[in-house]
Amino acid sequence: MSAPIQLRPDETFLLNVGPQHPATHGVLRVKMQMDGEYIVKAETVLGYVHRMHEKMGENRTYAQYLPNLSRLDYLGALGYTHGHVLAIERAAGIEVPERAEYIRAITVELNRVASHLFWFGAFVMDLGGFSPLMYAIQDREHILDMLEAVTGARLTYCYYRFGGLYNDVDDDFIEAAKRFIPRMRKSLKKYDALVSGNIIFQKRLEGIAPVSAEMCRKYGATGPVARGSGINFDVRKNEPYSVYPEFDFDVPVYHECDSLARYKVRMDEMEQSLRIIEQGLETLPDGPIMAEKKPKNIKLPVGDYYQAVETARGSFGIRIVSDGDKNAYRLKLRSPTYSNMHLFDEACEGMLIMDALAFMGSLDLVIPEIDR
Amino acid sequence: MGGYFSDIFYGSKSLLIGMGITFREFFKPTVTVQYPYQTLKMSARFRGHIELIADKEGKPKCVVCGMCERACPSGCITLGSISIEIEVDGKIKKKKVLSKYDLDFTKCSLCGQCVENCNFGALEFSKEYNLASTRKEDFHFNLLKRLEERNT
Amino acid sequence: MSLTLLNVIVAVVIAIAFAAVNAAYLVWAERRGAARIQRRPGPNINGPFGLLQPPLDGIKLMTKQLMIPGGADKILFMVAPVLAMAPAIMSFVTIPFSEGIAAHNMELGVLVIFAFASMGAMAILFAGWGSRNKYSVMASVRAVSQNVSYEIPMLITAITVVMTTGSMDLKEISMAQSGGFWHWNIFPSLQSPLMPISFIIFFICSLAETNRAPFDLGEAESELVAGFHTEYGSMGFGLFFMGEYANIVIGASLTTILFLGGWDCPFGMFPGVWWFLLKIYLLIATFIWIRWTFPRTTIYGLLNLSWKILIPISLFNLLLTAGLLKVF
Repeated sequence: MSAPIQLRPDETFLLNVGPQHPATHGVLRVKMQMDGEYIVKAETVLGYVHRMHEKMGENRTYAQYLPNLSRLDYLGALGYTHGHVLAIERAAGIEVPERAEYIRAITVELNRVASHLFWFGAFVMDLGGFSPLMYAIQDREHILDMLEAVTGARLTYCYYRFGGLYNDVDDDFIEAAKRFIPRMRKSLKKYDALVSGNIIFQKRLEGIAPVSAEMCRKYGATGPVARGSGINFDVRKNEPYSVYPEFDFDVPVYHECDSLARYKVRMDEMEQSLRIIEQGLETLPDGPIMAEKKPKNIKLPVGDYYQAVETARGSFGIRIVSDGDKNAYRLKLRSPTYSNMHLFDEACEGMLIMDALAFMGSLDLVIPEIDR
Repeated sequence: MGGYFSDIFYGSKSLLIGMGITFREFFKPTVTVQYPYQTLKMSARFRGHIELIADKEGKPKCVVCGMCERACPSGCITLGSISIEIEVDGKIKKKKVLSKYDLDFTKCSLCGQCVENCNFGALEFSKEYNLASTRKEDFHFNLLKRLEERNT
Repeated sequence: MSLTLLNVIVAVVIAIAFAAVNAAYLVWAERRGAARIQRRPGPNINGPFGLLQPPLDGIKLMTKQLMIPGGADKILFMVAPVLAMAPAIMSFVTIPFSEGIAAHNMELGVLVIFAFASMGAMAILFAGWGSRNKYSVMASVRAVSQNVSYEIPMLITAITVVMTTGSMDLKEISMAQSGGFWHWNIFPSLQSPLMPISFIIFFICSLAETNRAPFDLGEAESELVAGFHTEYGSMGFGLFFMGEYANIVIGASLTTILFLGGWDCPFGMFPGVWWFLLKIYLLIATFIWIRWTFPRTTIYGLLNLSWKILIPISLFNLLLTAGLLKVF
């Protein structure tokens, strides 16, 4: 535990963490006013990888905008594409075949496991342990191989289409996914013993960086960050979409509010995702993967549409304002890490720099998704 | 005081468990691929850059409808055509023939919209991934020329 | 007199060569070992099993330009790497590798090694202060507080061993344990029943003294970029690196002599330098193994461990041993 200390604001220095720093995992810059190793004030500076994705959405047709969604969050790309296609389908009134929705749910959950695995490795590396990253990447590699065989890409999938999927899954994929589940469960046990049970690891995270539920609400934090603070909110349960109501899964919630709680939420979520995949594979219906009645060029009726989905990092929302043209009048992406990150400035005041960077790791920041 | 000793005991035990795991991993075989010496087979659906498909005569199947050009989100495809006169059933007809198919790979995001929008099955994905160069010009592919090279 | 001088020169040259070869090939061993733990092959291109990697790395480091950052304290910046390497090599002079192989046997060998070891903290402080880099200063202050707090339990456990043996001469300490593993200090004896715990404390302290993971707060690459040697490139970095590995060898040697019977064979057969080398390399392998298993501790976790756990227990052990020595 960090002892309460008397900070002396008159004897401080400015530490520039980033834009290139091993702990920021991307080009995030944090200006830290430091008193020795204690942070007096921190300010996150954004904009180093801003690519105007929202503006691009206004200039491209809806179909042309599809590949952009994979470039927001390169670790859990499918979830973001899912939000986009769901929004368009609802607005344009396209019926999606059941099989397509099942495959979407299965692949999104696989992608969520892959994303959490990479976060797990990178987080432990932030704490100085390097080997778990390699183990996590090994498991993630199996998922990427499966997804590559289906979608044709390893990270920027661009797999979903309005009304269905780009192509169907084959028996190989189903076999591989069925083999993967028990292997992943074994790995999760290994991670539990190697990392979660480790005394050094626990002492580093327990009670560190408390983020209250109130603070989460203030900044709009969602996903594992909010669930680690005792907020039972998961878009899959609270605003059900796709075929999620048909699956039996739990939403892990921890009330400790510390970095360890956020860690545990993600580790439990992996297990829940495996459960969803398992059920999805068992009940996968036959049928077409593409809607029969689908306009060639999609034009949304005039209106304002919003769709939220639960991605690996939290609630991702896409808002489309249409004036009836073939591209959006205004497109707004509500990315979860953008809100989650802004906790950092307030929460890390008075914290040691090493705890603050561990805290940053526990927020699971993906910078291209913050900057969009 | 009891908590003090049990902390030490369970702490040391957790450390030993961790060391046991890495010890077992030490003797397991390696899982990596030694990349330049070993390569993996790309999966059948792998989306590389696009290539033209030839018909039976070795000419591109493309009819220059321009769907791919319009579908491309990044505007990296440029088509060119010339009109030639061919004889069909004794009548002389004008026909558009592909004269240029340039792919600006520096802008391409490998989304596959072009292949999907092609109604004539004239485009496919290549399985090439070893694309590296120090010059920008190397990524301006002339797909017609590549097709001819493949034919010979 | 002149013969003694020649002796010393030869000894120093051999010590430098031993330290350099060890440093180079321990880097190789560390990289291979870490790779095996992570299920990848590690360096395997240059030479059989990548054995040519260390000399090539050395050539690379030597041919690079030594950059001194603008505004840095030039003298401190240049002195620090030398100060990191020199004491480590000097310590080799007093370490007995076997009954006959010792550069210079000193009656106060234990003290000499501790004296040299504490100079390492100074090198880190100089490097951090001289670099004119905020990360380096923070790292060096951390490393110094760490070294100071871990030297205390280390010394206390060393005193415990010295008390049971009745000598500060490394050779004599080692000789006192000869004749089979049951004579070694690591096993509890009547005078000092808590010796295994002492061994563990000493081992943890030598991990911390050499700034190895999980106590690598001076480097802390995910927080402080590269810690005190952030600004060092070329051979300046090379010397720090060699100094670190030389210190590891010293730490392992000292542990072997104080607790594992030095060059003594576990079954009383063929005592000699090979047993000594086997023991220190086994200890070093454990160092590497630990580094690639655990995450890093925090600075307060580290100080808590030293002041609240290691020092009280080692002090208790010292008192117990002192009392039991009076009884038996």
